[in-house]
Amino acid sequence: MTEVGQAGAGPKAAPAEVSRRARLWRRFRRRPMPMAGLVLVVAFVLLALVGPLVTGDPAAQDYLATLAPPSGAHPMGTDDLGRDAFARIAHGAQVSLQAGVLSTLLAMAVGIPIGLVAGFYRRWLDPIVMRLVDVTLAFPFLVFAVGLAAIIGPSLKGVVLALGFSQLPAVIRITRGEVLAVREMDYVAAAIADGAGDGHIIFRYVLPNCASPLIVQATVAIPAAIIGESTLSFLGLGVQPPTPSWGVMLTTAQQYLSDAPWLAIWPGLMIALATLGFNLLGDGLRDVLDPRSHR
Amino acid sequence: MILRIDNLVKHYGPVRAVDGLSLEIGEGEVLGLVGESGSGKSTVGKCVLRLTEPTSGTIELGGTDITHLSRRAMRPLRRDVHMVFQDPFSSLNPRFTIEQIVAEPLLRHKVGDRREAARRVAAMLERVGLRREMARRFPHELSGGQRQRVGLARALVLEPKLVVADEPVSALDVSVQASVLNLITDLQRDMGFSCLFITHDLSVVEFLADRIAVMYLGRIVESGPTAEIFAGPRHPYTQALLSAAPVADPVRQRERRRIVLGGDVPSPMDPPPGCRFHTRCPLAYDECRTSEPLLNDPRGGGHPAACHLVTADRVPDAAK
Repeated sequence: MTEVGQAGAGPKAAPAEVSRRARLWRRFRRRPMPMAGLVLVVAFVLLALVGPLVTGDPAAQDYLATLAPPSGAHPMGTDDLGRDAFARIAHGAQVSLQAGVLSTLLAMAVGIPIGLVAGFYRRWLDPIVMRLVDVTLAFPFLVFAVGLAAIIGPSLKGVVLALGFSQLPAVIRITRGEVLAVREMDYVAAAIADGAGDGHIIFRYVLPNCASPLIVQATVAIPAAIIGESTLSFLGLGVQPPTPSWGVMLTTAQQYLSDAPWLAIWPGLMIALATLGFNLLGDGLRDVLDPRSHR
Repeated sequence: MILRIDNLVKHYGPVRAVDGLSLEIGEGEVLGLVGESGSGKSTVGKCVLRLTEPTSGTIELGGTDITHLSRRAMRPLRRDVHMVFQDPFSSLNPRFTIEQIVAEPLLRHKVGDRREAARRVAAMLERVGLRREMARRFPHELSGGQRQRVGLARALVLEPKLVVADEPVSALDVSVQASVLNLITDLQRDMGFSCLFITHDLSVVEFLADRIAVMYLGRIVESGPTAEIFAGPRHPYTQALLSAAPVADPVRQRERRRIVLGGDVPSPMDPPPGCRFHTRCPLAYDECRTSEPLLNDPRGGGHPAACHLVTADRVPDAAK
């Protein structure tokens, strides 16, 4: 527990009642990579929330400037219909953020409890759940998305449901596998000997010790879902024109790659930065939340 | 009697980990349960804590039959019994601080309010020799010996009547072993709890246990007061175990005859017929291969052994 560097930089002994959150934040702030991730994610969220207010209508067309390169009037250029690429990137951020975050939250909210219960109680439940997961894995994601679109119509809601459902098997498997390992640890036996009930053991012993791989999974899943949204939108199963999304922009840009490469670069760059941001943030969160990883 | 185990059987599939074991522990008594790995001694401990479901037999804790109690019905009884685990690294929740770990039994049994719990935790940590600043540390910041002290504090904070200690020092360095053993001895004398001390190393329990029970392949082959076991072991297996433990005096050590057992412990999936020890016993004869000797005490002194050769006027000597 030696404090490296920063001799005399403030008293090391924290006042007895520093909240847990404050301690975690202090720990987080010292690390450059997670901070970079946080900055990227915050920028992404700000772009989605504030951007549309600044840029105006993403569907407004400028017939005198179609496929125009970046300029003062159109900082990211325009597309084939003369629509401002920056306005579309800003509005598209909303769609991408929702598709990525909501679908992952959905999968976690449904998958973690299932994996926890199946892995902790085993008995008859575990084989049933795992066979269902196998069946789901064998089911083509696109077929499911098409079916869903047929039922509720192509929309962002359908995209979120389809992407969330496609992530579900992975979340259940990871959770269950971790639970199987953790429940055999002596500290779980000790918790039983302490007189703890199942709920307490699951939430205070098993779940926290399963968190690391799930956080990693989320940071991989959010960018994957952002790309998944573009797939569905490309097939006409996602958000409908004229609503822009990064995926839609990317697919449109393909046709004009040699004439207007900036149309592909902007959405591609945004997807890459968002992916990087969530990954760095996730790695940092995992490290900070695990007491073993800091000295 | 704090603990009474009668004809306990625990099978894991085809493996007969414990196969008809009986023992008793009185109030304030320390029983050393000694056996090789695979003898089923840890399974006995798990059954007593009801961390595993016994196949048959009965376990009585303070007069209550707990053999097949449900998890829920068992919970209030857990105030009276706790456990110290072998592995100091996996037995503490890595996400809890030391004080959280030691407070758990108090909070789970709703003993006092938070302030009272904090006070008792602090007192307990001091008692096991952990400095105050350790309370807010996490387990990974502690050494093996310190972690084992935390495990001891957790097991004792409710002042249970019985503590099951499953090889509590075998994972520690020898120098640390001694200090933890001394701590257990002191705490046992002060607090007066009964203890089922499970170990593979006879020398560990020599100065701690009141009585010793020696286990082989799921059964007890000999039991008796510690001094008697050390002075005059009756079962050839106990004699072999004792002869393997080195003596501190080099002159005496040189004079001793060691009994080297051939072969390995037979598989508990298929224990040998007759006496379970006959495949490795230097004294085995025809009867040992066919009829199983019962634990009896023809020579008296509360020192039974399960061997055909132990009679009222004769004790076998495996060293011959």
